[in-house]
Amino acid sequence: MSDRSIAKRIFGQDRNILQLIAITILVFALMSWLNPDKFLRYYNFESITYIMPELGILAIAMMIAMLTGGIDLSVVGIANLAGILAGVFFHSVIVGTDQSTGMILLYTGIGILLALGIGLLAGLLNGFLISKLRITPILATLGTGQIFTGLAVVLTGGPAITGFPDGWNFIGNGKVLGLATPFVLFVIVAGAVAILLTRTTFGVNLMLIGTNPRAAIFAGLRKDRMILYSYMLTGMMAAIAGIILSGRTNAAKSDYGASYLLQAVLIAVLGGTNPAGGKGRVLGVSIALIALMLLSSGFQILRFSNHLIDFIWGGFLLIVIALNAFRNTDR
Amino acid sequence: MTIFRRSEFIIAAILLVAMIFIGLINPAFWSLDNMFGLLRSNVIIGIMALGVLVVMISGGIDVSFTAFAVAAMYLTVKGMLYFGYEGVLVPFIAATLIGLVLGAFNAFFIHTFRMIPLIVTLGTGSVVRGLLLGLVGTSIINIDKMPPELINFAKVNLVNSTSATGTNFGLTAMILIYLGLALVTHLFLRYTMIGRSIFAYGGAPEAAKRVGFDTRKTLFFVYCFAGALAGFAGLLQGSMIWQANPRDFAGFELDVIAAVVLGGASIFGGRGSVAGTLLGVFMLVMVKNSLIIMKVDTTWQRVVVGLIIVGATALTAWRDRKKLV
Repeated sequence: MSDRSIAKRIFGQDRNILQLIAITILVFALMSWLNPDKFLRYYNFESITYIMPELGILAIAMMIAMLTGGIDLSVVGIANLAGILAGVFFHSVIVGTDQSTGMILLYTGIGILLALGIGLLAGLLNGFLISKLRITPILATLGTGQIFTGLAVVLTGGPAITGFPDGWNFIGNGKVLGLATPFVLFVIVAGAVAILLTRTTFGVNLMLIGTNPRAAIFAGLRKDRMILYSYMLTGMMAAIAGIILSGRTNAAKSDYGASYLLQAVLIAVLGGTNPAGGKGRVLGVSIALIALMLLSSGFQILRFSNHLIDFIWGGFLLIVIALNAFRNTDR
Repeated sequence: MTIFRRSEFIIAAILLVAMIFIGLINPAFWSLDNMFGLLRSNVIIGIMALGVLVVMISGGIDVSFTAFAVAAMYLTVKGMLYFGYEGVLVPFIAATLIGLVLGAFNAFFIHTFRMIPLIVTLGTGSVVRGLLLGLVGTSIINIDKMPPELINFAKVNLVNSTSATGTNFGLTAMILIYLGLALVTHLFLRYTMIGRSIFAYGGAPEAAKRVGFDTRKTLFFVYCFAGALAGFAGLLQGSMIWQANPRDFAGFELDVIAAVVLGGASIFGGRGSVAGTLLGVFMLVMVKNSLIIMKVDTTWQRVVVGLIIVGATALTAWRDRKKLV
């Protein structure tokens, strides 16, 4: 009996992953069929590995917030603020000082610490508002998202900040062992989060809190503290995405990546995350990410306008909601 | 005694203090010119806020209504130009209906698939905006192309006056439409069965169902109402600013939601009033507009709006704290 239920559980989970893999293969086949000579190029896939990571990290961050039944609408604001803060720092120190490799590396290091620090602080603020002041995650992060984006506007006055040092550009455009640096970073971050969520007390606690908050409190879990940590983690990851984004484009602006918010939510939900909490896997989100990157790259090659691609993303989200609903009524 | 404990009273008191404070920094705040301008700025955000209020009372949230507003405005103006129509009533009915039908999609997804309203409306908003910009067009219809009937309609003033510098200004009659809609919303929320069912559903959906409310009808009504008001406000905005811009209202949903939350509505549903929302809208518009006359750099606007949202939600969360264990 218990053997069977365990098998069923694994099968149930695998079915979700299997369905995602099937969607990915379907998208891949469709796009290859629609534009065989342009889609199936090495260059196309290589450029996907550069564009994908920032969105993927945001989607995993969104998943972490959703595990406790919350949501983080401020991730894009945090990402931009982190990139801009680093950019402002570079502008204030690099101009006029010596540009030796050692100094550049040092500055890049400080810039990364600054960006991660602001991400951590932003996450701390979100977590504090949500777990201590008990503001609903939607409204708290809606508000803080405005504050972060607003601070980014104040810091830049509007236009984009450009001129990041070489070390910074390497994070967004370089190669490690023949692979895109952002992609390598994504694999490391995703792997670390997967281990954190499945193999540590913290991860298991988050799942329990998301499944049944009341039971979690009665079981003696320190719910407030766990939720605080989870938003700090989300904020840090948003900052990493901001570093990659500003490194790749060699610029930082307060309204970059505005459409990433919807896409991050979509990828998280498509990847099997339950927005009501308690369910979500890094593997699922990663496969969903690949499927959607193939989809949008294919449509871009077909010369669809960005607006229509926004439409397709939104439509996909609604279809996935419908599919998930039907699948859940099956059980 | 109870009146002092009502949220509306507290909001009104804060509003009064804020007005006195701003007036002390810059006496120009109290000029008739500025006051009329402020009231005019209340109209569009206020009409949309009435829709969001009803959604919030039902325990939901809507971030798609600005997309609906823009779609209703742009499609209606395009239609008027295409058919060479020279009226005002039919276009406004058309815009309202466009918003209503789009709102029905929200309700359909939220009700049928039991999905969180935020995620559904993120999706529908993106779909509508994407289709509008991708298929219908991205070009702005400027004043030289705008139907003059719409512009003349929105130009009607209640009071006309001339300022010391010789410029004419007036209080727009559109404020009457806004207040009329607010009164209607208030009456039906208070005195009709469907209005009470929204409060019941927002307070406890399962309980509302068990006492016999048709929750499907309630949900459809709520999202259609929000969509219809957004569609109407969209076309009115086009008439008031003399252009139809398909990229208008980007990010505006946050302002509207902030205003409603500021007005004391709870996102958990079951709480909120039209009077509070009117005050919340006025407060938000006043603070945003007054940053300029208080000589604060406009780049700080978003930070201030964000702080207002966080502050107002912290207050409502504190008010509702017992419900949250």
